[in-house]
Amino acid sequence: MRLPISWLKEFVDLPADLSVEALAERLTTAGLEVGKIHYLGIPQGDPRYGVPPSDHLVWDRERVILGAIQEVKAHPQADRLVLAVVEYGAAEPETVVTGAPNLFQYRDQGPIDPPLLTAFALEGAELIDGHGDGVQRLILQEKELRGIPNRCMVCSEMELGLSDEHEGIMLLDYETYHHIAPGTPLADVLGDAILELELTPNLARCFSMLGVAREVAALYNLEVREPDYSLPPTSGESVESAAAIDIREPSLNPRFTATLLRNVTIKPSPWWMQWRLKLIGQRPISNIVDVTNYVMFEIGQPTHAFDYDILMERAGGKPTIITRLPDAGEELKTLDGKNHKLDPATLLVADTKGALSLAGVMGGLESEVQDPDPETGYVGTTTVLLEAAAWNFITIRKTMSSTKQHSEAAARFSRGVHPAVALKGVMRGAKLMCEVSGATLAPGILDVYPSPAPTVVVDFPVSEVERLLGFRLEKTEVINLLHRLQFEVDDQGDMLKVTVPDHRLDIDTGVIGKADIAEEIARIYGYDNIPNTIMDDVLPPQRNNVSLDNEDRVRDLLVEAGLQEVINYRFTTPEHEALLTPMGLPSSWGSFDYVRLLNPISAERTALRHAILGSLLDNAVTNMHHHPSIRIFEVGNVYYANPNGLPDEPRRLGILITGPRHTGWMGETDSDNVDFYDLKGILETLLDGLHIPARATTYRATEHNSFHPGRVAMLKINDEPVGVFGQVHPLVCDAFGLGLDLQKPVLAAELDLDRVLAYTSETFALQHIPLHPPVYRDVAVVVDEDRTAAEIADLIWQSGGELLREVRLFDVYRGQPIAEGQKSLAYALTFQTDIETLNDKAVNRIQKDIVNHLEAHGAKLRA
Amino acid sequence: MQDQLESIYQQALHDMEGVRDAEALQAWESQYLGRKGQLTLMLRQTGQLPPEARAGFGKRANEIKEALQSLHLEREEAIRQAELARSLEEGAIDVTLPGRTQAMGGLHPSTRTLRRIQQIWADMGFQVYRSRDVELDEVNFTLLNMPPHHPARDMQDTFYTTQPDIILRTHTSGGQIRAMREFGEDGTQPIRVILPGMCYRYEQISTRSEIQFHQVEGLAIGKGIRMSDLKGTITEFARRLYGEHADVRFRASYFPFTEPSMEVDVQCFLCEGHGCSVCKRTGWLEIMGCGMVHPVVLQNGGYDPNEWSGFAFGMGPERITMLKNGIEDIRYFWGNDLRILEQF
Repeated sequence: MRLPISWLKEFVDLPADLSVEALAERLTTAGLEVGKIHYLGIPQGDPRYGVPPSDHLVWDRERVILGAIQEVKAHPQADRLVLAVVEYGAAEPETVVTGAPNLFQYRDQGPIDPPLLTAFALEGAELIDGHGDGVQRLILQEKELRGIPNRCMVCSEMELGLSDEHEGIMLLDYETYHHIAPGTPLADVLGDAILELELTPNLARCFSMLGVAREVAALYNLEVREPDYSLPPTSGESVESAAAIDIREPSLNPRFTATLLRNVTIKPSPWWMQWRLKLIGQRPISNIVDVTNYVMFEIGQPTHAFDYDILMERAGGKPTIITRLPDAGEELKTLDGKNHKLDPATLLVADTKGALSLAGVMGGLESEVQDPDPETGYVGTTTVLLEAAAWNFITIRKTMSSTKQHSEAAARFSRGVHPAVALKGVMRGAKLMCEVSGATLAPGILDVYPSPAPTVVVDFPVSEVERLLGFRLEKTEVINLLHRLQFEVDDQGDMLKVTVPDHRLDIDTGVIGKADIAEEIARIYGYDNIPNTIMDDVLPPQRNNVSLDNEDRVRDLLVEAGLQEVINYRFTTPEHEALLTPMGLPSSWGSFDYVRLLNPISAERTALRHAILGSLLDNAVTNMHHHPSIRIFEVGNVYYANPNGLPDEPRRLGILITGPRHTGWMGETDSDNVDFYDLKGILETLLDGLHIPARATTYRATEHNSFHPGRVAMLKINDEPVGVFGQVHPLVCDAFGLGLDLQKPVLAAELDLDRVLAYTSETFALQHIPLHPPVYRDVAVVVDEDRTAAEIADLIWQSGGELLREVRLFDVYRGQPIAEGQKSLAYALTFQTDIETLNDKAVNRIQKDIVNHLEAHGAKLRA
Repeated sequence: MQDQLESIYQQALHDMEGVRDAEALQAWESQYLGRKGQLTLMLRQTGQLPPEARAGFGKRANEIKEALQSLHLEREEAIRQAELARSLEEGAIDVTLPGRTQAMGGLHPSTRTLRRIQQIWADMGFQVYRSRDVELDEVNFTLLNMPPHHPARDMQDTFYTTQPDIILRTHTSGGQIRAMREFGEDGTQPIRVILPGMCYRYEQISTRSEIQFHQVEGLAIGKGIRMSDLKGTITEFARRLYGEHADVRFRASYFPFTEPSMEVDVQCFLCEGHGCSVCKRTGWLEIMGCGMVHPVVLQNGGYDPNEWSGFAFGMGPERITMLKNGIEDIRYFWGNDLRILEQF
């Protein structure tokens, strides 16, 4: 909401030494955030601290002044230019050349009475270039215009930096400004600052000039001047005889008030009202509509003007305004021309013939105030039924969401407007309408108030200030702070009975009310004035988060192994994840439902992912053109929908590596691409770092359609499958956009992290350094091609006895003299004991046992 | 034999003149002093001499052996010195050639900032409590004092799932309810936790806003926790995260689940409060929201708000990272361009 300081001053006398910036800062710290300050012609900054350079145009006090055009004469050389004779406080008036079309009607008409007030710029003044793009500046210099010397200028709004308006020069209202002498600095006439407030939903009461003025008054301990709610003299038949009100849903429409205005003349509203509406960004329309807007911005109460004659015609006599829920299938065309099919929760203002308005949101097209039509001689609306009502804010919100209709009125009603303000709104509106349209007010006010708002009284013990806020405040000081916000306080010893003023709906009773009041005290006292303390309550039980600690250990281990952590969107589409399976093959990822979004933000993000692998393949594509070697991992959730409630969110670890093992340096060629065993090595390192014993883990060839059929393994810990890893299927790589490069495999793992971490332990027994030397033996056996290295190692372990400490495969050989279809596997065995130095004889015996066991299981000792 | 011995000696001395490297020295040694060396063989023949000649011959042979051994040691040392000198002379390289890059891993910047935040809060007795990503509408909103149609729901654009009342959490605040119910023992135990996690909002992605972001929520519940404690604790946190002299400002604000509510600004550490583009010329950077836990939320967590009180706060690790590293585009975080990530 835009708040002109000039308008604010109508309700409070600001301290003389208060700068706009200081006011904005105080409002901001009190919760009324000032997002921006717009300056009109005046410099920014607190003069006491020096004036920083301004981004906006500042009107030179000597050279941009009020001028009075006394006469307009024809230009001797040019039809499209005129000469304006301007009085500006100097001894002699100045004649300037101008092309302003809005002066042409005065050409050669003799002296103008009263003169036209305008903004007058003297030579040397800085202005916006009216023919530029709106930001270019110029310094006014003397120049000849078609033979007439010219050193001053009458200005358009654009040239003054007020708006984009450059059709004609700006003319000020004589009624409003006639008492100000020509030559007065324009900054003193129109100079202003406008605060742009970003109001949180709890500040419904501040959605008006008066509402903010009350806050300003409370913060600076000032008096508030309420607007003039007095009614003008009345005449004619009473409003009661002219219309009736029928509220069908009192809980949704607690109050409805209305007045009748006769002899209305529809015309533009006066200059001062238009100016203020323009300052807050509203477009002036006509006097009656402008008053309804003006009252809304002034005191926060939206009002609506009906053309009474249309209501009469519809009713065929005295109209009855009915507020009700819609009938099935009912429709309404709002005054912006949109047709709405009405949701059952939409509240309507209607008459006996049908719907008139979306209650609290927008008026209907048919019954709105009518403009005059000069062509037909129609004079427009002459009788206005002005209404102001109170609505349940939830109803308004439902209406807004079902009709997708927004308005300034809805913005206020949807946050809550106190019913007490409705009556003030209709009174204030009636008074202003009489002033600006020549209307006469009918006697009486229709005021139906079936569901009066309760007066809220909060029991507030003074001790709550210390308990909740942390500092002591004298009772008189507490009472004073509350008075500044217009709370009434009944002092009952330690207990204060606090009565909430009837412009606020945000204060509750009971224990919530106590917190509400404490907040108000803190806000006005000033958050900066509250001391900083350190908690001195009991230290709660301290709890390790083992799950997080282990997860971070996984991250650290992988980083130490040279991998970069990534974090991806958890969003994907089922179609994108379908690319993880080559065309024509069934998915190996299980048939789970997706958590799908009802309102996806884009077609690429409609559901939550089932696998990390897809995210990592996307990352590989992102980086492939500038990173030949990619080594990344992600720890994060995947999501499986559960038809009976919240989805499963298992924690996964994904790893992806591809590209050269080493970065080639200066032409060095040791840059083979990583393969299955690089990834397996990373996993072994990780599990070792997690102190999961190698003996507990098994790697078995498995089937998984996202991977190369011969290069994929399942990782099991204590026989429980915990994940799959291997070379990503070339067709999957291709589908993701990595191309079909068979020489550069992509290796990836997807592990169920919760299952892996179930086997880690913080406590593990340290292996001490052996005191006795080990004995090493090599054993090489020839086996059929389909026997795995792990199988043979298992056979060795089975027969090695307790002295066998390590079994390490160091060579795999195929070719002469090994027969076709067979291979040689060579293992280095380490034997050791903690109690003595082993002798050869003992080891020879064990080695013989091992060889016998191997040969009994189809392996043949290699000669 | 005596002559033969002297002749071998002279030959050995002569041959040594030509020995210039370790290889030749090795050959020289095996020729004269090795197991089958000429001198060794000569010594073995001592027994064939007449007894009276043996002593003289043996003495002389051992003299020669010692002389040759010492000559060998001398030459060995000389060769080592010469090789060292040559290596030092010839070993000059171009020190300006680039080094061989080592493959280093790294943590994602969000993880780094999360850890820093968690560490500071841990020092103050706040441990991590983690809650779920996909949440009940009730936990995310209603129990936090935002019943259906509450105006504050407008402040957080929500991703809804196709299942009724199941949403992607818009903040980690819902975890407050879960933590109170899990640790509070029916409102009898104090609590200090922080709740980091990923949150989701239905927003157009731009340089300043993302549909997915981390949040770290904090919660302290106790008897006698006051707003002054909140201010003091947050000030302490800001001082540790942003530096000893970080100036902190508290502004009134509004969150439905706290009252009073505040936004916390820290003096812009890039311009030291003079005003720059990052702080939008205000001199202040908004770093978190906080407030005293709303009585309704305390009740929903099982506590009696007449006796218990508490504070809560929430901050964004990505925003903190952006401020600290001069990042102007939040999309870098999930873009996972290694050229960005590897800079951290």
